Amino acid sequence: MDPTRHNSTTEIETTVLGADEIILNMGPQHPSTHGVLRVKLKLDGERVAASECIIGYLHRGVEKIAEHRSYQQFAPYVDRMDYVAAVSNGLGYCEAVEKLLGAEAPPRARVVRTILTELQRIASHLVWLGTHALDIGALTPLFYCFREREEILKIFEKYCGARLTTHAFRIGGLQYETYDGFEEEVKRFCDDFAHRIDEYETLLTENRIWLGRTKGVGILSAEDAIALAVSGPVLRASGVKWDIRKAAPYAAYAQYKFEIPVGKTGDTYDRYIVRMEEMRQSRLICLQAIENIPTGAIMARIGKVLKPPPGEVYHAIEAPKGELGYYIVSDGTTQPYRVRVRPPSFINLQAFDKMARGSLVADVVAIIGTIDIVLGEVDR
Amino acid sequence: MADDPTKKDATTPPPGGTEAGGTPPKSSEPAAVPPAASAQPAKPAEAVKLPETAKPADAAKPAASPAAPAAPAPPTAAKPAAPGAAAGAPAAPKPAPPAKEAPPKPLPLDNELVQRFKARFGASIIEATLDRKQAIILVAAAQWLEISKYCRDEEKFDYLADLTAVDWPKREKRFDLVANLYSFPKNERLRLKAHLGENETARTLIPVWPVANWLEREIFDMFGIRFDGHPDLRRMLLPEEWVGYPLRKDYDILTQDQAWVKENLGIESGQ
Amino acid sequence: MPFGITFDDIRPFIAPVIYALVIVAVLPLMAGYIVLLERKVMAHMQARMGPMRVGPHGLLQPIADAVKLLLKEDITPKNADALMFWLAPLLSVTMALLAYAALPFGPAFQIADLDVGLLFILAISSLGIYGIVLGGWASNSHYSLLGALRSAAQLVSYETAAGLALVSGLLLGGTLSMKGLVEAQDQQGVWFIFIAPFSFFIYLIASIAETNRAPFDLPEAESELVAGYMTEYSGFRWSLYFLAEYANMIVVSGIAVTLYLGGWMRPLSAVHMHIFGLPYELLDLLPALIFFGLAAWCSKLALRQGEQIQKLVMFLFVGMFLVLGAVMAWSLTSPSLMPGIHGAFWFIVKVLVYLYGFLWFRFTFPRYRFDQLMKLGWQFLIPLALVNLVMIGIAIVLVQQSGWPLAIAMIAANVVTLIVAFWLVRQGDKPMIAVLPAEDELPDVGPGEIR
Repeated sequence: MDPTRHNSTTEIETTVLGADEIILNMGPQHPSTHGVLRVKLKLDGERVAASECIIGYLHRGVEKIAEHRSYQQFAPYVDRMDYVAAVSNGLGYCEAVEKLLGAEAPPRARVVRTILTELQRIASHLVWLGTHALDIGALTPLFYCFREREEILKIFEKYCGARLTTHAFRIGGLQYETYDGFEEEVKRFCDDFAHRIDEYETLLTENRIWLGRTKGVGILSAEDAIALAVSGPVLRASGVKWDIRKAAPYAAYAQYKFEIPVGKTGDTYDRYIVRMEEMRQSRLICLQAIENIPTGAIMARIGKVLKPPPGEVYHAIEAPKGELGYYIVSDGTTQPYRVRVRPPSFINLQAFDKMARGSLVADVVAIIGTIDIVLGEVDR
Repeated sequence: MADDPTKKDATTPPPGGTEAGGTPPKSSEPAAVPPAASAQPAKPAEAVKLPETAKPADAAKPAASPAAPAAPAPPTAAKPAAPGAAAGAPAAPKPAPPAKEAPPKPLPLDNELVQRFKARFGASIIEATLDRKQAIILVAAAQWLEISKYCRDEEKFDYLADLTAVDWPKREKRFDLVANLYSFPKNERLRLKAHLGENETARTLIPVWPVANWLEREIFDMFGIRFDGHPDLRRMLLPEEWVGYPLRKDYDILTQDQAWVKENLGIESGQ
Repeated sequence: MPFGITFDDIRPFIAPVIYALVIVAVLPLMAGYIVLLERKVMAHMQARMGPMRVGPHGLLQPIADAVKLLLKEDITPKNADALMFWLAPLLSVTMALLAYAALPFGPAFQIADLDVGLLFILAISSLGIYGIVLGGWASNSHYSLLGALRSAAQLVSYETAAGLALVSGLLLGGTLSMKGLVEAQDQQGVWFIFIAPFSFFIYLIASIAETNRAPFDLPEAESELVAGYMTEYSGFRWSLYFLAEYANMIVVSGIAVTLYLGGWMRPLSAVHMHIFGLPYELLDLLPALIFFGLAAWCSKLALRQGEQIQKLVMFLFVGMFLVLGAVMAWSLTSPSLMPGIHGAFWFIVKVLVYLYGFLWFRFTFPRYRFDQLMKLGWQFLIPLALVNLVMIGIAIVLVQQSGWPLAIAMIAANVVTLIVAFWLVRQGDKPMIAVLPAEDELPDVGPGEIR
């Protein structure tokens, strides 16, 4: 059996092709699919008549592994799912287990968690911006975005020793105190960042070519977005003003003032604007948070051996990609009975077909980029 | 509903809404409002000591709640009932869970939402619980699609956040099919559950929430649960020809489909 | 001499043959260094350094790349048409090199001073499209074919606009001969860019599209079709395509410089500022000064190099610049050599400036989608070029027949063209009707897919 025929008995191959129709296969190795994603397109001339995403190339069985690790042992695994925004994954998991235990992280830990998560949101959106612009042909924003991201990763490295898969948080709070100079560095980054974002906007936002490539491309209406359970910036760009940080505040978000950017038409340009604005709002949250980090303990007293009472919990946070949910079932032992990760990229990717139908082949790449997927999270 | 000082999340907004809804939109992080009925579990002033044996503290039917196969007994300190005792006996309880008031556990739930469900579907609503302040309704699998439609249309749960399954092999109906719903207008979450036996199928939820397409494919891939009416039920993450359903409990963590691996990757088992 | 050929018969051919050999020998090196320049400029615009290792500041990178490409394995796709596969890059390179025959690098340095030089170059550039189409077809791959066809369509469309822009320059110069055009600018005392800016603008855009450069590089776009028609080529064959592309870039720059930027003339050639009563002009000292300045800068960089060998290579470059500067300065004394040498210098500098514009655009703008690209060519550039041509023609008639001053007539013509340009842009911004098919027009795709 030829391994390249993985998952190939699909409708796209078995429907009869019309006279002008060809099947174009993109991936799994392709410069623009942001990971190992295979997209099959049925093209009618230059237009996409149907599409299908084939995933699973990065499936590592994370949910099965969770059943054989203790709660703390599983925490580093969650970083590897959305590896571009590891800190948010960790936040969701730690908070979910804390809910399961009925514990809560102390205020200082919550605020530091908020700061690091918002920095991570900026870093994740910078990766998105750089790669999306690169796909559309603007070669330069990528390097500017990574230059900024470098500053954030330096902060993470000073804090917890790792840049990418950080395991920054622990169940019950934080392991490490913030280092000397943490507030100053975050403040310096935030101060610099304001005009850097303006730089990116100068290059792209009003550029005719950028507008031509993104306006009207990949439109997703609000009804479709809700029906397809899309979340995060994709949902907000379609006009639904919903952000879990406001609807069900977790960590320390209830204390800070920030806006939720919302788009109008749900096209690629709106998603771009929403994410740019989100970066600005994250910066504001960081600035507010570092003004006033409460003192005190950083870890709740929950003991070393965690045995949550039997039961289950579903806890969702607003990860940079969307609603990241953890559904954890405990049977009272030290190992979870079931951990289900609700992956925003997986569910957002399902909307790809809806967005891509009727558009041109050159737009397919733009649409994949605009959904902002990370295959580690899609496949787990 | 007394504002319970022993509640862990003292910083959350004032009580008023449970996650099971029934009250106008509030943040879905409520202080629990335990229904009056079960506010007096059988154990007064007992905020102490070790997990006793699983006495049916809450006389209502926790047994049917998913905590069934719990081997170690959960600590059964009285939940809301003994504020004074808990607060007044800081050192008296054993040092191990220090000053930990009431460990969370599932409680039966009977609020307006549940009552509406029961009124509409009667016996199909097998049980309603509140676990960690999240509402869970266990329904009969036969009515899975109808209840979902009702949730979306009448109760305005227009967002299927997640659809997944859990395997309890020791139970007669081994699978739990779990749907996490969210309502935008009401800002509420709800969990629907159904028990499915090994070879039972459930109706697909695609007509209600199109997102269920890939979610059900993944459930089929990992658990082997089939969905009636699904237009394209094939594996999602594993290769088409894989044999076995990995997230079942009888599938060991080291198991692989050796035949597929050998044929397609050209390596012997193990690595 | 055999066959009754005397030396006098051969004499007219000696110089052109030598020039041709020089060009063919130097051009690959030049193209390589332009690639290096592109990488360095791109890097500095992107807040990084570019090649730094191979040679000091990456100066030997092109040589390393050339050697690598020559040594690389030559892969031919299995079902490719072998003859066409072999022929296609050859065709591209040959056409690119042929166009150099008519380019005037200086008043004395032109292989063939054809009376129809401009037409010749345009014709040869059009033939270059064959190389691309054949390459795409012969590769026997979907991606390559799509890329090649797109590229061919793009090139043909923008040829038209480029041609129309050049014709308006011709009207001003009165001749098709490349040398004649430069001399016409000399006579009129002003570069044509100042009197026909729209022609230059149209030609600038068209030339970027002609050479498949960003923002018109969809056929080569890495993220979409890998490398389009070049996908299946590797090693030396690929380097031929690459050479053809950069050679084309130099050719179109050469045309633009000749026609609009004064060719080999020094900037401000009508201004004569003599130094202290000597018969040398101040501005003629510029070439020598520039080279000495470059030599000084390179020495500064050389002293900063860590390793001996890097220092050595850098000093070689310093030496080269010093020699060139000396040549420039010395040629001032010899009136017969000066126009040739200084002419070549200014021509090359202007070509480099034009090329810098190419590089700059590549790293600044995103890519046009193919339908937008075609729309730009057909619905904006060609109408604009037509209008521009007509207006310049009218202006010339007015100048010649009715005695209007050149400046007034040209300003009037350009203002009209400007108005038309704005109008065309407004037209283009209107959304196209029915861009997306309605829901019920989509083909019926059967079960298994979400609607």
